Amino acid sequence: MSENSMGLTMVEEQFVYGERALSYAREFAGHKKKAGGMPVAWLEKTMWNLGLEVYKQSFARTLPFPDELRERYMVKGTNVYGILRAPRAASTESLVLSVPCSQGQQNNQAVGLMLALASYFRGQIYWAKDIIFLVNEHDLVGMEAWLEAYHNVNVTEIQSSGMLGRAGAIQAAVSLELSSDVITSFDLAVEGLNGQLPNLDLVNLFYAFCQKSNLLCTIQGKLQRSDWDSLPAYLHSLQTLLLMVLKQGSGRPQGDHGLFLRYHIEAVTVRGINSFRQYKYDMGAVGKTLEGMFRKLNNLLERLHQSYFFYLLPSLSRFVSIGVYMPAFGFLILILVLKALDLWMKLSRCDVDPADQSCDGGPMAAEEPRPSLLPLVPPLLICHATGLALYFVPILGQHMATQHFPVSESEAVVLTVIAIYVAGLALPHNTHRVLTGAGSDRGWMMLKLLSLLYLAIQLGCIALINFSLGFLLAVTMVPVAAAVQPTGPKALQAVLLVLVTPAATLLFGIFLYHELIEYPISVLEGWQRFLQAIAEGLLDHHLYGSVVFPFVALFVYPCWLLLWNVLFWK
Amino acid sequence: MEPAAALLGLLLLVPALAERATAPVRDSLREELLLSPLPSGDLAATFQFRTRWDSDLQREGVSHYRLFPKALGQLISKYSVRELHLSLTQGFWRTRSWGQPYLQAPAGAELWVWFQDSVADVNKAWKDLSNILSGIFCASLNFIDSTNTVIPTASFKPLGLANVTDHHFLRYAVLPREVVCTENLTPWKKLLPCSSKAGLAVLLKAERLFHSSYHSQAVHIRPICRDAACLSASWELRQTLTVVFDSFASGQGKKDWSLLKIFSRTLTEACPLASQSKIYVDISSKGQVGGKDTEQYVNDAQLHFSLTAESVYDLLDPGLFNASRSLNVLLKWKRPQDSLAMVAPVLHAQRYVSGYGLQTGEISTVVYNTHPYRAFPVLLLETVPWYLRLYIHTLTIITKGKENKPSYIHYQPAQDRRRPHLLEMLIQLPANSVTKITIQFERVLLKWTEYTPDPNHGFYVSPSVLSALVPSVTAMEEEDEEQSPLFASLFPSFDGSSYFVRLYTEPLLVNLPTPDFSMPYNVICLTCTVVAVCYGSFYNLLTRTFHVEEPSQGGLAKRLANVIRKLRGVPLL
Repeated sequence: MSENSMGLTMVEEQFVYGERALSYAREFAGHKKKAGGMPVAWLEKTMWNLGLEVYKQSFARTLPFPDELRERYMVKGTNVYGILRAPRAASTESLVLSVPCSQGQQNNQAVGLMLALASYFRGQIYWAKDIIFLVNEHDLVGMEAWLEAYHNVNVTEIQSSGMLGRAGAIQAAVSLELSSDVITSFDLAVEGLNGQLPNLDLVNLFYAFCQKSNLLCTIQGKLQRSDWDSLPAYLHSLQTLLLMVLKQGSGRPQGDHGLFLRYHIEAVTVRGINSFRQYKYDMGAVGKTLEGMFRKLNNLLERLHQSYFFYLLPSLSRFVSIGVYMPAFGFLILILVLKALDLWMKLSRCDVDPADQSCDGGPMAAEEPRPSLLPLVPPLLICHATGLALYFVPILGQHMATQHFPVSESEAVVLTVIAIYVAGLALPHNTHRVLTGAGSDRGWMMLKLLSLLYLAIQLGCIALINFSLGFLLAVTMVPVAAAVQPTGPKALQAVLLVLVTPAATLLFGIFLYHELIEYPISVLEGWQRFLQAIAEGLLDHHLYGSVVFPFVALFVYPCWLLLWNVLFWK
Repeated sequence: MEPAAALLGLLLLVPALAERATAPVRDSLREELLLSPLPSGDLAATFQFRTRWDSDLQREGVSHYRLFPKALGQLISKYSVRELHLSLTQGFWRTRSWGQPYLQAPAGAELWVWFQDSVADVNKAWKDLSNILSGIFCASLNFIDSTNTVIPTASFKPLGLANVTDHHFLRYAVLPREVVCTENLTPWKKLLPCSSKAGLAVLLKAERLFHSSYHSQAVHIRPICRDAACLSASWELRQTLTVVFDSFASGQGKKDWSLLKIFSRTLTEACPLASQSKIYVDISSKGQVGGKDTEQYVNDAQLHFSLTAESVYDLLDPGLFNASRSLNVLLKWKRPQDSLAMVAPVLHAQRYVSGYGLQTGEISTVVYNTHPYRAFPVLLLETVPWYLRLYIHTLTIITKGKENKPSYIHYQPAQDRRRPHLLEMLIQLPANSVTKITIQFERVLLKWTEYTPDPNHGFYVSPSVLSALVPSVTAMEEEDEEQSPLFASLFPSFDGSSYFVRLYTEPLLVNLPTPDFSMPYNVICLTCTVVAVCYGSFYNLLTRTFHVEEPSQGGLAKRLANVIRKLRGVPLL
């Protein structure tokens, strides 16, 4: 751990309200059932009786199209939160413990534990930061509404009531998910919106407390192996790492914590897992871990900043830092740059010596007038127009689609996306012939040079924001992009190019993911998941502001279409 | 009070009596303690020690000090201070749940001083004064400089006798980062005539005072009228201390309290030097707190009081200590009150930073007027440090969805590294309304030496100050405040229908773009290593003289021979 004020020996946990947590959980479950949703009044009363300042915040959001997976379209809900005011502090800083109030019987124990923790924390005198205990309805939508209202911004089109109670700048947040009375292990989710990660110290803090109280803790659902330097262990770490790359690359928040990261609030989601392991831990042990984490965070003088913000985790106790993985990525991009340089040199050699056989098809071409950049304009325009259509048409045209075809709105959106995506391949790719007569070598070289540089810039930029996404795209696209040309075996190249299109990458990613979590799926299921993933990608963009869909639709896909153009230049 | 004091003198302090007989009494001390349960169920204890001295410190060559602390008296005469108000506060008075405060202070340290108009260089006097006060109160008041000092034009009027209101003789500064602890309490207690040896001050035990939700200690010095005719001035020193005890955490849900429980002391006597020594217990009905629910005892003396708005215990009353040696005030609730709804005070405010990212942001101040039918104006003072560049064109004041134009506005822009922004506005608050004042700012990238020691903690923005004449609502606690002798004479009261309130919002913590400070360190280490290695080898190359060495003849055989010769003691080959 890099942060000095979080040394291991500084706190001693004394949480003993494990039984109380369970009784709160039962009571909460009863009231939740009775209310058929979030028991707002009961929560307010309970929190007030615990001595917290209680506030609620209501919100409403109409989704751009119905979310079939979670069965919601017009979302209305209320978040309830209680603030524990730190004595002798002026409410300038705070910590958040959030628990989603999910459908059904999920997460009741988490609410119970949160209330028990609140009642225990209220009696302590050492708090230097206010603590906000938040129960958010409709998981991520509620969390987004709460965060936007707290920071008084409107990033997405959510409508929410104003907020009365605030507690200064939030320094860190922990989101808790628990669904059983006892747990066998903890799972930690770190990947946030757009692949943002919390400071590594927060992960280390969690790991240190798991070690201290001998809890099993996993990341990506995978337990660390004790023999870390054997071949199977390396493979195991690689699997964990790949899972993290896939999750981070998806740009989806992997828990409620993911939305905090935009506001520069370090946050993680802690999930209690109850599987068929032998050792079980009760609420007391779980509560102690959380108590310890909060006391350590309370001790912080500064925001967490000492450790890494960019890392990959092959296991909880090991990490790959940005300094290690970025050069590898740099070499991948270098392929594109070198290839572009090669093309540039070929082109300039042609300029110097137009009769050179290698630069153009033959003496006929050599007699051509000096080519301009004009032939490049139509493909560029067409490709980007397709990208824009891909971005806008599915949402705008969903109602028209449902009127004319027997599909639901969300199906309509997904199918429109796929239709436009595929249609892009069939667009007229020989517009240059109208302008210049025939496809010249110089033309495709220039187009390829341009698209290679364009791709390099895109990948470089996205890797800075979301390394995993950049890496996945680079690994698949770069070799084929460098190799593609209108000469040679066209069919093979076309197949290769289609295989590395972002959509195909997504499909492979889904299969790989299920392979890695040891839950293989059939082709049909895979296709279902693929459709779901597209819908989720769109929803993530509209609900939380994820950049993956617009990035792919507006930049990567047009760039890929340019390469497709290169292939079919002649 | 005079007969009572004389009686006390007879009983307890014969030497003092002798002194009084010879010289006319020109100074007096009154001590008071107000215990008031707050609407949230917590308990506020407000101490006030009022020393009054009928002498003009600045004209006569005063050398003999009796009750008035000499340290402060000399300060007043040396720097020609007209009024001095210093408060050191830990915590934040939560107006929404605790109601209107008697005397609020902002978190951290606050100092405002009016100088006499004879002072030529006010800035220098202010600087020196704050440095000396910093020594007296062991507080970091020496951090007051031009970057956090402002000259408000309207918000801080002199509270005492004054005919000059030229605000150029006023200086105001807040240090929100100041942490207040026992080291500040001890010098404050030493200024009391009885120190903490007798009287109400025995209750001031640091261990208990800082085991609370709010702690604020203050010193107010001002000139007042000597008598009704007001021909000459007297000096008044008020030392006040307010503590809010969290009854929830200590009482396991019960809201009963007693002096013994909250201060872990009881009272045994009044301060022998005091001419008045009283404890007031506020048992008025406050919103949800039913007056009939209270049951009150004086523990050992077994005295019962009628349920008036305030119960008064006069420590100078000999009857009080007759029955027993100590006084312990105890309050019990017949049934626990539990209610979510609390009556919000007429005027309260909230402030926060909105937005995300490290480039821009927005400061929002929300002011509430909950009075059902009266509108009143409020004077808002905002001091923002220079490293937040305010976009003054984005200033918006919205009340009930409409723009609210301030009737008075005074804005002084900041100068980088020299002075802060000052914004004063007089805003009319309509009845039962919420007014939101927002202004956007840009965060400045500081020079690397300008960051405070813990830059990632954030930078504080001092609270905004709201001064208002609040109209009273009948059946609200403000009635008591006027009847109470405590502070009734500090703020000028205008008429029966309104009273003066000064509120402070919470301070803000703003993160500025902060470089990674380990990087300069790494760079320094790396550069030093590189320089050392390069320099070392270059120096070596440049200064070393090179000789051509003769290749040594003979190999292994010669060396072996030499070893043998060495053993034998024969000269080597």
